[in-house]
Amino acid sequence: MNEAQLRELTREFLAKNDPTTMDRLEFLRARFDAGLAWVHFPTGLGGLDLPREMQSVVDEELAGTPDNDPRRIGIGLGMAAPTILAFGTEEQKQRYLRPLWTGEEVWCQLFSEPGAGSDLAALGTRAVRDGDDWLMTGQKVWTSSAHTARFAILVARHDPDLPKHAGLTYFILDMTDPGVDVRPLRQITGEAEFNEVFMDNARVPDANRLGAVGEGWKVAQTTLMNERVAIGSRPAPRDGGMSGVVAETWRNHPENHTPDLHDRLLDLWTQSEALRLAGIRLRQQLAAGAPGPEGSAMKLAFARLAQELTGLEVELLGDDGLRYDDWTLRRPDKVDFTGREAGYRYLRAKGNSIEGGTSEVLRNIIAERVLGLPAEPRTDTKVAWKDLPR
Amino acid sequence: MNLLYTDIEDDLRASVKDLLTDRAKAADVIARTETTEPYDLDLWRRLTELGAVSLHVPEELGGQGASTREVAVVMEELGRSVAPVPFLGSAVLATTALLGCKPSDEVRSLLDAIGSGEQIATLAISLATAPGSTVPDAIRSDSGLSGRVRSVADALPADVLLVPAQGGSGLELYAVPVAQPGVEVTPVTSLDLTRPVADVTLDRATGTLLAGPEAAEPAVDGALWTAAGLLASEQLGIAEWCLATTVAYLKDRHQFGRPVGSFQALKHRLADLWGDLVLARAAARNAADEPGQLSASVAQALCSTVALHAAEECVQLHGGIGMTWEHPAHLYLKRAKADSIALGTAGRHRQLLAPHANIPA
Repeated sequence: MNEAQLRELTREFLAKNDPTTMDRLEFLRARFDAGLAWVHFPTGLGGLDLPREMQSVVDEELAGTPDNDPRRIGIGLGMAAPTILAFGTEEQKQRYLRPLWTGEEVWCQLFSEPGAGSDLAALGTRAVRDGDDWLMTGQKVWTSSAHTARFAILVARHDPDLPKHAGLTYFILDMTDPGVDVRPLRQITGEAEFNEVFMDNARVPDANRLGAVGEGWKVAQTTLMNERVAIGSRPAPRDGGMSGVVAETWRNHPENHTPDLHDRLLDLWTQSEALRLAGIRLRQQLAAGAPGPEGSAMKLAFARLAQELTGLEVELLGDDGLRYDDWTLRRPDKVDFTGREAGYRYLRAKGNSIEGGTSEVLRNIIAERVLGLPAEPRTDTKVAWKDLPR
Repeated sequence: MNLLYTDIEDDLRASVKDLLTDRAKAADVIARTETTEPYDLDLWRRLTELGAVSLHVPEELGGQGASTREVAVVMEELGRSVAPVPFLGSAVLATTALLGCKPSDEVRSLLDAIGSGEQIATLAISLATAPGSTVPDAIRSDSGLSGRVRSVADALPADVLLVPAQGGSGLELYAVPVAQPGVEVTPVTSLDLTRPVADVTLDRATGTLLAGPEAAEPAVDGALWTAAGLLASEQLGIAEWCLATTVAYLKDRHQFGRPVGSFQALKHRLADLWGDLVLARAAARNAADEPGQLSASVAQALCSTVALHAAEECVQLHGGIGMTWEHPAHLYLKRAKADSIALGTAGRHRQLLAPHANIPA
């Protein structure tokens, strides 16, 4: 199918399904069934087996129609779905992908633990076989959407006698199981975007295993690779990001201008502009069928610039910088940098160099995989997990 | 907007690279710096034979009819090799200034002579001049052109100087042959060994008027903006050489029983440098693709800093060998430092960006 045919198909779909009269959910389900959810997915699973880039044709045609609120279901779309597609059984794909995409069922990700952050493969949540089921016991942390999620993708340890990577298995967990307890995790901003999830013999049928027993690390790599790929599909306009927000604050506070702050702001503005251009360049590379590793450089730069810009913004405010808008424990269902004040932005941006892979781990990855520098000598990969120091 | 390299640009790069790999070996470039012929005019002749010296000159003016995108690719390779050729002065500054003048017979024949390598030209302006601030060092009176211009790039091998001069009613631009009693080009000891600067003294020199008061200012300033944008590609080439050379060395060099490149403290520095280069490449390509004040200042403010940082890291991470005259790292450090002053410092370009960014002082 070419672009024109896809456009035609989308118009036909829209002619038959009028979003102004149809129930929102019915519209989304119909869109999924027509293969217009994610065209690069297989036919019958919301897609049409087309190249990923062709999604933009559908998105253009359907602009303004009800969407699935991608920011609310980002973990499902960006991480669970590609993993289920790659490793799921036919039954799993049929059961989970449609309500995942329509947003009827929210997903969360149970990977990080208090004792396993950057070193994910060291995780200790236990999966113990019990007849046709598995029993999960352990603690996960930094789980966004756990309090709204119906399902979770979960990596757990089925065999502590094996080396760390080999003893892992990947599951789909029903978050309504009585053995699952979700508690808000309050962060330095005062709010709780994330959760801690405690599992005490939470039950998972073996039919909800993704991939083979012992394949958990490999399956998790698929999930994490997709996390890194998840960059925006459209280039941001100049000043569409944090540099625009801080430039606005600068203009609103002429009483606090100094040559030093001026030069720092112009420097950060320039770097932000270069980052925007790098994003455009990366999209051009992808469109030309030559993706590169530049996305990881962009994440490093994004985190650094967000932190420096927001820090500068608090300084620009003078005595208003001494105040904070609200320390109340709130439960936002998405991150909103612009809906709050400068102090919030400053504190929240500290997470940018931690979430989705710390900047330090990202530098290791760049050094080893892009530049080909030798790995640090390792002592933890061949020993039984239970014998590792912790 | 296209920030990638086209197939044609890749081919151009390959032929320039072949030539430079063959004719601008590091040891030879170092050796030449202490001779009486700091410029490699044989290499220059070969570059003109490739057509690399008249790339953005329209075909009707005898050039290749390409654009600044292709010029930028050559700049990248010249930065990567620090080859001692008068490309910035002759193929960029002088050529672009001429393209900004009305195409008189004089302008046409000069473009021909520069493109064929028959003559070398440069713009008689201090290399430290930032765009948007041209104050001519020469004045034109009834007795000719007089004045002293310090630190002119590529003046040493030049046959013709394009001299911006203060006339009766504004800036004028003259073509001034070097071979005349009223022109003196004095070598100075330069920080940058592979693009040495020289002082130019004019004493009642004669020249041909290329542009009068209305046209001279935009021609000269336009040349400075274009050159500033293209210099970012040279800086990109410098930074790429520094990163690649340092990575290769750290894979090979062993201390404490391990390759030095396996230490995380060093890996992180190189990863950061690689990340800086991702942004620098995007900014440099943008300046080459859409030449203008905004794109040039963004590229200069960024690439100038990145190239210098890359060269400084290169020297440091090479340890002792990086401090020797024998190792080429110093050529890149000297070029990167000189480039950080050339055509406006990063700080100056940031200030020039203030109105574009709507960030008033």
